[in-house]
Amino acid sequence: MKKVKKLKGLRKRNAISGYLFILPFIVGFLAFMVKPFFQSLYMSFCNVELGAGSFKMGFAGIANYLRAFTVDTEFNRLLAEEIWRMSYNALAIMVFSFFVALVLNQKFKGRAFVRAVFFLPVILSSGVILGIEYDNSLLASVQDTIQQSTGNASITGVIEEILMTSGIGGEVFDIVFEIVDGVYDVAIASGIQIIIFLSGLQTISASMYEAAEIDGCTKWESLWKITFPMISPLFLVNWIYTIVDFCMRSDNAVIEKISDTMIVDLNYGFASAMSWIYFLVVILIIGISSLIISKGVYYYD
Amino acid sequence: MTKNTAVIRENFWERNKKSGGFLLKKQAKKVSVSVIRAVLLFGMCFMILQPILNKISISFMAEEDLYNSMVISIPEHFTTANYQLANQFMDYWKTLGNTTLISITIAFLQILVCTVVGYGFARFEFPFKKFWFACVMLTIIIPPQTISTSLYLHFRFFDILGIFKLLTGNTLNLRGSVLPYYLMSAGCMGLKNGLYIYMIRQFFRNIPKDIEEAAYVDGCGTLRTFLQIMLPDAKPILTSCFLFAFVWQWTDGVYSKMFLGNMKLLSTQLTQIGEKLSNYLMYTLGEPSGASVGYTQCIVSTGTLMVILPLLVLYLFAQKGFVESLSSTGIKM
Repeated sequence: MKKVKKLKGLRKRNAISGYLFILPFIVGFLAFMVKPFFQSLYMSFCNVELGAGSFKMGFAGIANYLRAFTVDTEFNRLLAEEIWRMSYNALAIMVFSFFVALVLNQKFKGRAFVRAVFFLPVILSSGVILGIEYDNSLLASVQDTIQQSTGNASITGVIEEILMTSGIGGEVFDIVFEIVDGVYDVAIASGIQIIIFLSGLQTISASMYEAAEIDGCTKWESLWKITFPMISPLFLVNWIYTIVDFCMRSDNAVIEKISDTMIVDLNYGFASAMSWIYFLVVILIIGISSLIISKGVYYYD
Repeated sequence: MTKNTAVIRENFWERNKKSGGFLLKKQAKKVSVSVIRAVLLFGMCFMILQPILNKISISFMAEEDLYNSMVISIPEHFTTANYQLANQFMDYWKTLGNTTLISITIAFLQILVCTVVGYGFARFEFPFKKFWFACVMLTIIIPPQTISTSLYLHFRFFDILGIFKLLTGNTLNLRGSVLPYYLMSAGCMGLKNGLYIYMIRQFFRNIPKDIEEAAYVDGCGTLRTFLQIMLPDAKPILTSCFLFAFVWQWTDGVYSKMFLGNMKLLSTQLTQIGEKLSNYLMYTLGEPSGASVGYTQCIVSTGTLMVILPLLVLYLFAQKGFVESLSSTGIKM
C-alpha cells in the first residue's frame, strides 16, 4: 500500500517537472499560435477593412470560400497544379535520395567530399536564395532565345522531340521530361532526405547481409528483402518531410498568390480563406498518404 | 604484402582458368561498377556545384562580357566593380554585422528553449503528452503565411491581458522592433522550431533510462540530472541544431520581412538589390532605360555570393557538425 502511494507521488512529481520543462512551448503556442490561428480562421469568414490605425471586420459567411472556388479564375487551377507537381516531385525526391543514399553508403575514395557536396544545397539553397534562383525565369527565357538563334540544341531537347513525334504515350513522357529537366531541383531538395536514409542504412547490421550472402542471396535480392524493409519507417518520415518542405517553399504558386492578395491587394479575408483551404488540403494529403505508407512499414523491434 | 599481390597477379589467368572464368567476371564487374559510380557521382556533384561556379565567374565579368557569346566562363575584362556595387547597395559590412548578431542570438535562444522542451517531451510522463506533441507537429505543418496576418495585427496592437491598456491607456505598437521575434523564439514559435524540438527529443529518447535512475538513487535532482548528466551527452546534436538554426535564420525571408523589416539584414537586402541597381543607374548615372536583365542578373549573382560566402566558410569548418550528428539521432516515426 505504502509502495503504491510513493510511486504515485513520484509519478506526480514527474508530471509536474515534465510540464515545467515544456512550459515555454505551451506559453508560446497559446500566445503566438492559437490566437492568430483562430483569428485567421475567423478572418476567413469576414470582410476585413483596414482603416487608419485600426481594422474593422464584418461577418461575411462563406463568401470568401465561394469566391476562391467559383469566382477567382486562378485559385483552382493553381491549387491543382501545385498538388500535381508536388506529388510527382515528392516521388522523384524519394527515389533519388534513396538511390543516392545507397551509393553513398558504399566505400570509395572521396566519399566524405561527395557527401558534403550533396548536403550543400540544404545550407545554400534555403530561404530567399531559393526564391532568387526562381526569379531568374526571365533570364532563362533570354538564354533560350539566344540558344535557339545560335542553333545549339541540347541533347535532352532533341531526344524529347524525337520521342514526342514518334507518338508513344505523350502524357507519360511529359512527366518524365519534366522530372529530367528538373533533376537539379530534385537534387537540391533532397539533402536532408539523403542524410536520413543514410543514417538508417548505417544502423542495419552487416551480419544480416553476411548471413543472406552465405545462404546464396544476391545483392539485388538482399536490397529488396533486407534493406528495404529495414529502412521502411524512414520512408514515412522522409515522405512527410518532403511534402511539408514543398508546401512551405516560397516559390510555391499558391503561397505566392496568397501573399500577393495579402500584401498588394490588402484583402486579408480572402487571403485567409485561401490559406485555410490550402492548409486543409495539405493536411488531408499528408494524412491519407501516411496512412497508406504506414500500412507497408515494417518495424524490426 | 607486395610480393603477395605480385604472385596473385601472376597467377590471375591461371586462377581464372581454374575457376572457369568466374574470377575475370567478378573483377570486371567490380571495375565497371566503380567506373559507373564515379561517372554518376561526378555528374551529380557537378550539377550541384555548377550554379555556384557559374555565379563566381559571372561576378567577375564586366557588363560587355555578359553579351559576348564568345565569353562563357572566363571573363575577358576581369573586374571587381560588381563586388563594389553590391557592397554599396547592400551596405555590406554593417548588414553583415546585423545579420550575424541576429542569427547568433536568435539561434542560441531557440536552441536553448527547444532543448528544454525536447528534454521534457523525451524523459517525462505526464497527462496530455500526446496532445502537446501533436501541437508541436502542427507548428511544423502550418505555413507561416497562414497566420502571418493575424500575427502582424497581434503585434501592432500588442497587449498582455489588457495590462498595458490599463496602465498607459493604449496598446503597445511592437511593429518594427526586434522584440516580437525574440518573444516568439522564446516560445518555440520561430522558424522551424518544431523540427528542432523533434530532433532533440529523438536524441534524448535514445539515452537509457538506467542513467537517470542511477542519478536519482544517488540523490541527484531533476534539474541537476538534466544539466550535468544529459546536456554534456547531447553536445553533438545541439551543435547541429544550432548550426541549422543559424543558417536558416541567415537566409530566411519570411520571418525577417515580417518582424525585422526595419533592420538591414542580408536576406532582405538581397531581395531588393535588383531594384536598387535600376534606381542607381537611372537616378545617379542618368541612364534612362535602367538596368538590363543580364546586368541585374550579374549583380544579383554577386550579391548572392557575398551572402552565402560566410555560410560556405562555416560549412567548410563545421561540416561534421551538420552531417554526422544529424545521422546520429536515429530519426524514426
